[in-house]
Amino acid sequence: MGSMSNPFDPSKSLSSGCPCGQHGSMLEHRLAECAGEAPKAGSPAAPSSEARAEAYAPVDDRPAWENREAVVSRIVETAVVKSVFGADASRRAFLRAVGASTALAAISQVFPLDDLKARVLDAKGPLEKSALKVGFVPITCATPIIMAAPMGFYKKHGLDVDVIKTAGWAVARDKSLSGEYDAAHMLTPMPLAITVGAGSVATPWTMPAVENINGQAITLHNKHKDKLDPKQWKGFKFAVPFEYSMHNFLLRYFVAEHGIDPDKDIQIRVLPPPEMVANLRAENVDGYLSPDPFNQRAVYDGIGFIYKLTKEIWPGHPCCAFAASRKFIDENPNTFLALFKAIIDATAFSSKPENRKEIAAAISPKNYLNQPTTVVEQVLTGRFADGQGKVRNEPDRIDFDPFPWHSMGIWILTQMKRWGYVKDDINYQAIAEQVYLATDAADVMKSMGLTPPSATYKTHTIMGKEFDPKKPEEYVNSFAIKRT
Amino acid sequence: MLKSTNVRAFLLSMLMLVLFLGAWHIWVEQQKGPAVDMDPEYAKLMGITAKGGSAMPGPLDVGRSLWGHITDPFYDKGPNDKGIGIQLAYSIARVLTGFLLAAAIAIPIGFVIGMSPVFRQAFDPFVQVLKPVSPLAWMPLALYTIKDSGTSSVFVIFICSIWPMLINTAFGVASVRREWINVARTLEVSAPRMAWRVILPAAAPTILTGMRISIGIAWLVIVAAEMLVGGTGIGYFVWNEWNNLSITGVISSIIFIGVIGMLLDLILASAARLVEYAE
Repeated sequence: MGSMSNPFDPSKSLSSGCPCGQHGSMLEHRLAECAGEAPKAGSPAAPSSEARAEAYAPVDDRPAWENREAVVSRIVETAVVKSVFGADASRRAFLRAVGASTALAAISQVFPLDDLKARVLDAKGPLEKSALKVGFVPITCATPIIMAAPMGFYKKHGLDVDVIKTAGWAVARDKSLSGEYDAAHMLTPMPLAITVGAGSVATPWTMPAVENINGQAITLHNKHKDKLDPKQWKGFKFAVPFEYSMHNFLLRYFVAEHGIDPDKDIQIRVLPPPEMVANLRAENVDGYLSPDPFNQRAVYDGIGFIYKLTKEIWPGHPCCAFAASRKFIDENPNTFLALFKAIIDATAFSSKPENRKEIAAAISPKNYLNQPTTVVEQVLTGRFADGQGKVRNEPDRIDFDPFPWHSMGIWILTQMKRWGYVKDDINYQAIAEQVYLATDAADVMKSMGLTPPSATYKTHTIMGKEFDPKKPEEYVNSFAIKRT
Repeated sequence: MLKSTNVRAFLLSMLMLVLFLGAWHIWVEQQKGPAVDMDPEYAKLMGITAKGGSAMPGPLDVGRSLWGHITDPFYDKGPNDKGIGIQLAYSIARVLTGFLLAAAIAIPIGFVIGMSPVFRQAFDPFVQVLKPVSPLAWMPLALYTIKDSGTSSVFVIFICSIWPMLINTAFGVASVRREWINVARTLEVSAPRMAWRVILPAAAPTILTGMRISIGIAWLVIVAAEMLVGGTGIGYFVWNEWNNLSITGVISSIIFIGVIGMLLDLILASAARLVEYAE
């Protein structure tokens, strides 16, 4: 391999040249590859499911910007290492003697590698546009997207972002599809649903990063304080914020595990989050599985109590996401990269418990969540009143982790299949990998000094039942209550 | 006599207002239950309603909120938090744009329909089918085709205000007294001149009535449309207050919406008086 191989790997040679022999250097070869790949990403969705599956077949179909960045950064490293060592043999000997990380640190001392990388990366092109509109639904899941505005994370990455409050997810989806929003806060199932064309016209969508994990709850009306066993819930009316939401899938999963059929024994309605508390007060619904702060708000207003945090159903489940269309990424690669970095930066900042109070104060005002600060603070810090007279301490009630596991995407698709939202046979892996940009997220996280997980798949355990992402179809068939 | 009628009516209005506010105040006071006994640490995390307070604001709370809006109507604290003056300006601008566009199309077409029985019958089925459609039903279609929520709200205003003007113009033009047209014909008045000098003045009061109905509907619809698409405008303002379950904010915006609606109606009513004539 040429200059694209890791220069800190003692087993690799650094002799340059492109593998196909058609280009003057490896850089030219890779850039030509990128240019060849780019049009594929923007191709419109095909109408039939077979054709669609075919269109998604190239699983390693990454947007051009990502490759270019990785290429450039690797080439800089290689050039520096080469200039330091001159002869390849001495480099290999040195690396074997001290190890790659020591070598990297040693060279960084003489040569500010990161600065150089940054300069080369900056030189690859200015931002296509700096004034962006990013939509959000006013809930604590959107914390990183929202707080990046008042706390200056967008500005830090050269962007002038207006975060626009949106009434609900249907509107967020429509405004994103129409291009009014450059990127938006969505629920993790939505980019998958938009891409396969469930509930909208099929449009290639991407989910570069997850916003939050955990952070939802089942809230019941105070009059049901004695009905703590789900088997007593027959005839209940529940609300969820959107059909294609973790809330819907988790609520269905939870009641089904207790032998309650979510379509026959209870009624599940879609309500925009802000209307949930009012409907609970009016007793139009018996309870809901909704995003915070509306669970805490029901407690704060003395209407309901928190029955179960969703982290008790699936610890570490994904919920909301940062999503953008493939078109936006392809047309604005540099802008997208800056935005992506700002979001990852903000998510990393939000994940630190010591920052949560400050964030709560920054996002509570009218311009953002428009909620009493104490409600938001109880959600973010995890020290909260549960509505049953107790103060609970759950520091991981909500947490923030940007990494979009492909296995999470597959789990969501299995539930869409299980409950009949998707009728056709689907290629779980191909869709999850096309929509959830886990590899890209890992690269960006690495370039920012964070440590992403090395795999993009893992098994998840939900209410004691294991989910193996390699066997999605078997998983769907393993449930007693399903619609397939 | 007239003066004393005015004075008496005014006094009666005031009396009704005071009675209403008094009843409201007493009702809210009664809503407040006894303070609930709870652990002080727990109580710190709870809101006023959970501790026995009422979620329903009294007239004094609403008055304070109104005063706050009136004294600082034009603040701008970011894209999602602007003063009531700015929000009202957005809504009025949308209503006027949609309304004027509708007038520019409805009045000429109404004229043609009114003057020609053939056109009237040809247009009639479309008008009859489209007229009863709730303007908000157009919203998803508008969002999908126009791809801009601001323009979509203007379109919804346009589509809801076009029908009353169209129908009233057609009716007004069709019911100009035959004698006047015959007299004009006898005097060999040209067709454009007849339309301009005879039919338009004769139909003007009916046309103005149609415009008055339209602007009333447009103002009703803009609030709902903006609540749907959000962003800016008085409808978004109401929704944002509702999002925070702030009944005080919702009541103050209701009062603002009512006052502006009344002003719009008054403007068109005085325009209608200008074109009135006695036979």
